[in-house]
Amino acid sequence: MIAAPGTEPTTAASGAGRTEPILAVDGLRKTFGRGRKEAVAVDGISFELHEGGSLGIVGESGSGKTTTARMLIGLEQPTAGRILVDGSDLTRPARRIKDLRARGRLIQIVFQDPYTSLDRRQKVGDCLGEVVRLHFGLSGSALNGRVRELGELVGLQERQLRALPRELSGGQRQRVAIARALAAEPKILILDEAVSALDVSIQAQILNLLADIREQRGVSYVFISHDLAVIRQITDTAIVMRHGQVVEQGQTANVLDSPQDPYTRLLRDSVPHAGWQPGTVK
Amino acid sequence: MTALAAIAEARRRTRKRPLGRHLSILGWCAAAVLAVVALLAIFGPLLVTVDPNAVDLSGAYSGPSPEHLLGQDASGRDLFSRLLSGASTSLVGPLLVVVASTVLGTALALSAVWIGGWFDSAIARVIDAVFAFPGLLLAILATSIFGTGLQAAVIALSISYTPYIARIVRGAALRERSLPYVAALRVQGLRGTSISLRHILPNIAGLISANATLSFGFALIDLAALSFIGLGVQAPTADWGAMIGSGMAGILQLEPQEALWASLLIVITVAAANSLGDELVKRSENRS
Repeated sequence: MIAAPGTEPTTAASGAGRTEPILAVDGLRKTFGRGRKEAVAVDGISFELHEGGSLGIVGESGSGKTTTARMLIGLEQPTAGRILVDGSDLTRPARRIKDLRARGRLIQIVFQDPYTSLDRRQKVGDCLGEVVRLHFGLSGSALNGRVRELGELVGLQERQLRALPRELSGGQRQRVAIARALAAEPKILILDEAVSALDVSIQAQILNLLADIREQRGVSYVFISHDLAVIRQITDTAIVMRHGQVVEQGQTANVLDSPQDPYTRLLRDSVPHAGWQPGTVK
Repeated sequence: MTALAAIAEARRRTRKRPLGRHLSILGWCAAAVLAVVALLAIFGPLLVTVDPNAVDLSGAYSGPSPEHLLGQDASGRDLFSRLLSGASTSLVGPLLVVVASTVLGTALALSAVWIGGWFDSAIARVIDAVFAFPGLLLAILATSIFGTGLQAAVIALSISYTPYIARIVRGAALRERSLPYVAALRVQGLRGTSISLRHILPNIAGLISANATLSFGFALIDLAALSFIGLGVQAPTADWGAMIGSGMAGILQLEPQEALWASLLIVITVAAANSLGDELVKRSENRS
């Protein structure tokens, strides 16, 4: 049902100016508190994401990645700046329920913790069904069919759709969270440390799944992570954030292989590898 | 890998036990006692063979006999039938208090938590203010305005029990609201009322019902105390609290049966409600 773009997702990288970006963020800023206690979480960042593209946001804890994500999905109101999604201004969080739903059909999120991001009393199938009904008003067999389809999309069997979250593993739960986000058929999916809580082997499965979904559905990703290996695998372009500012941006490979900014170099050198000595990281 | 998965699967299965298994023996006994008391309150009037209000002055303070299983009170009324028919009046009052305060407290707390901001602060301040008044004092005040009787006492106690429930529900709902699944549902565009009633409420329902059970015991004591001092259930209606009051004179004449039996029933019911409530509260806290 998503308007699948004809463009090859992997080539639909940044390519600024080529097409209208699906997501354009301009001078986004968020401060908490005021006066002396004012803390700047996000300090005027700008970036663009093209349809079917995948943008990575890298940075250490407290660099403003998650605050950026929360502003994108409308859980925080930006202090300044603009958020344009598919041409419509989504800077301010929606007030009316109709606008909230419309925003939900444009942009969705998958959170880090697969254990608390699902209602523990709701069966997986009901969880997906609730969202499908909300957005598309399906019922009966059409609803069930769509729920099964979503389950298939993320590799969940019918048996797992009848299960409660506690009966599923972390990786399976994260598949449910992805399916729930995709149930709204959004144009943009934000993945906020979505694989950080998973084992490495499960991480790989989920990353492959996400890559497949992007190819099939043409969904654009904003992938937030502190893990450079993950960013390299799943994103085309990347921005590096520090203290709420963008210190570097460009093609993911360029950013990670030949970083211009000392902070990016520090981040990269902080990743343990063969022969790595913590003392040498400066 | 498959063997490990099988073990993990088996572990998950065994962890999924029916709710009842979590109750201890004491908890089961308490539940059974409450069930028996409830049955007495409902079907008690059918078991009554002697009119509970029939006065027989010649039989005052007489001991147990085949006609009067537990003896007679100062006016010669049958104690057994008075205790039985008093069960419903003694239990309906606290039940109404619990239902009213739980519904009101939960509704207030959920809306405060969802709306947040100044509304939440205002509700929190009002809760604290009402908290400052002892429930019994408020009830006595209410009876002095609206007149004695069960109705005024129940309304007053419902109001004074509401903040107790509201505070507990607010704390639990705040924790629940901060979980990512609530944010995810909000991002989908679910209404606040739907999230509160369909997702937050079911997840804290265990805690709410546990605290309702606890406050049933307290409400029973408070209403019995009001009837005891003559502000609650009025004579000649049989009521356990009122029976302790009217049995006072008997204690001085070394005929304590009436007060004794009535207090015993109150103590047993309250103890059962409290131990069951305590256990349910602990269980629901462990789960969340």
